[in-house]
Amino acid sequence: MNIFLSLFSISLSAILAENFILVKFLGICPFMGVSKKTDTALGMGIAVTFVMAIASAATWAVNEFLLLPYALEYMQTVVFILVIAALVQFVEMFLQKAMPALYQSLGIYLPLITTNCAVLGVALLNIQNNYSFIESVVYGFTGGIGFTVAILLFSSVRERLEDCDCPKAFRGFPIALLAAGLLALAFMGFSGFKVV
Amino acid sequence: MEKILYAIAVLGILGAAFGAILAVASKIFAVEVDERLPLLKDALPGANCGGCGFAGCQAYAQAVLDGKAAIGACAAGGTEAAKKMSGIMGVEAAEFERKVAMVKCRGQHHSSKGIYKGIQDCRSAMLITANGPSACPTGCLGFGTCVSVCKFEAIHLENGVARVDPDKCTGCMQCVDVCPRKVIVPVTYDADIIIACSNQERGAYTRLYCNVGCVGCHLCERQCEQDAIHVIRNLATIDYTKCVSCGRCAAVCPRHLISDSNLRTDMDAAPI
Repeated sequence: MNIFLSLFSISLSAILAENFILVKFLGICPFMGVSKKTDTALGMGIAVTFVMAIASAATWAVNEFLLLPYALEYMQTVVFILVIAALVQFVEMFLQKAMPALYQSLGIYLPLITTNCAVLGVALLNIQNNYSFIESVVYGFTGGIGFTVAILLFSSVRERLEDCDCPKAFRGFPIALLAAGLLALAFMGFSGFKVV
Repeated sequence: MEKILYAIAVLGILGAAFGAILAVASKIFAVEVDERLPLLKDALPGANCGGCGFAGCQAYAQAVLDGKAAIGACAAGGTEAAKKMSGIMGVEAAEFERKVAMVKCRGQHHSSKGIYKGIQDCRSAMLITANGPSACPTGCLGFGTCVSVCKFEAIHLENGVARVDPDKCTGCMQCVDVCPRKVIVPVTYDADIIIACSNQERGAYTRLYCNVGCVGCHLCERQCEQDAIHVIRNLATIDYTKCVSCGRCAAVCPRHLISDSNLRTDMDAAPI
């Protein structure tokens, strides 16, 4: 029972209270770049969720069985980048062969994620928080869900902004940045809502 | 010293292992790509306009390769692309009839039901004010939704009505799909006689709100010797297979909404 409670609290904080984009400010690049349309945002969100879950599992294993025994924790960042890059490449090849439909829908987003800091961030945070294997995977997956929620919300805001009659100086990127800031403020409200 | 060696060893082995795995995986999971696919894709304009009905140029090239689509569906590439693709696929080039979009409205000459100050988009306007703010139920609203979807800069607003530049138009028909009033229709590029109205209301009613709308007076129908033009549901409608482009209908139209040859440019000169 206890483990379920802790997993639940991890999920809730990953999605809302410690949302990767809006509270931790990780993965801002795709958040601003791929949020112009809701459907592409959704594609990006699904791809990130997928990669974050797999990367959490892989990096946890690498850390536990390779880095810890040789006291190489200080190499985490370098090794994790290597692991994630190789993993994404591998997953991409595998999907292209085994699931062409999924490959088509994830398409260009998969390679883009390789160097996403949300993915690297989840790997490092798992170690920092001393998460077990299951906790790491859950944290990675729900962190991805949080990413998806944030990017979906933001993309629908941006779609509406497109049609708005806002001052010329604010049109386009400036108003998008303002909207992102307001969204982040709103999500900060969840921080008082910690279930630990 | 030992620590450094461990670090080098671990990272070196990891890198080598991943390299090996990826090399093997690229062999195992290799997806065979037909060598004609990149060639076909190069023959297409690459605008990904979706006019062919596929997700983009790549998808269309794939469909042609699989025999699921005919060559010549790319309106943007036109005859040139069709010829190139036929060459790659080793078949005879299909005849390609160029189609362009045309706005069937002369616009701005109809009064409005009220003042619309909402989002400047035809689709929004249609939703918010029941069936659009203009008094004419079928006329161009002039908010330029079609202008924004055109990837080829072929549509512009002139005096509050959308106008297609037939030479820039590639026939992708994105505007036709997006227009909430269905005022934009595909016509053959070579069409000489153009009827620029979509209004199907009765003539007496049409006169109340539009100076240039078709009132269904049948004058064009009577003038036509080829039986090509008919008033159907209060609107002059032309059958291009019968039309010989004599221009009699255009000359007789009291509302000047029929035009002979390149009306799209000449229409401005016509008196209103």
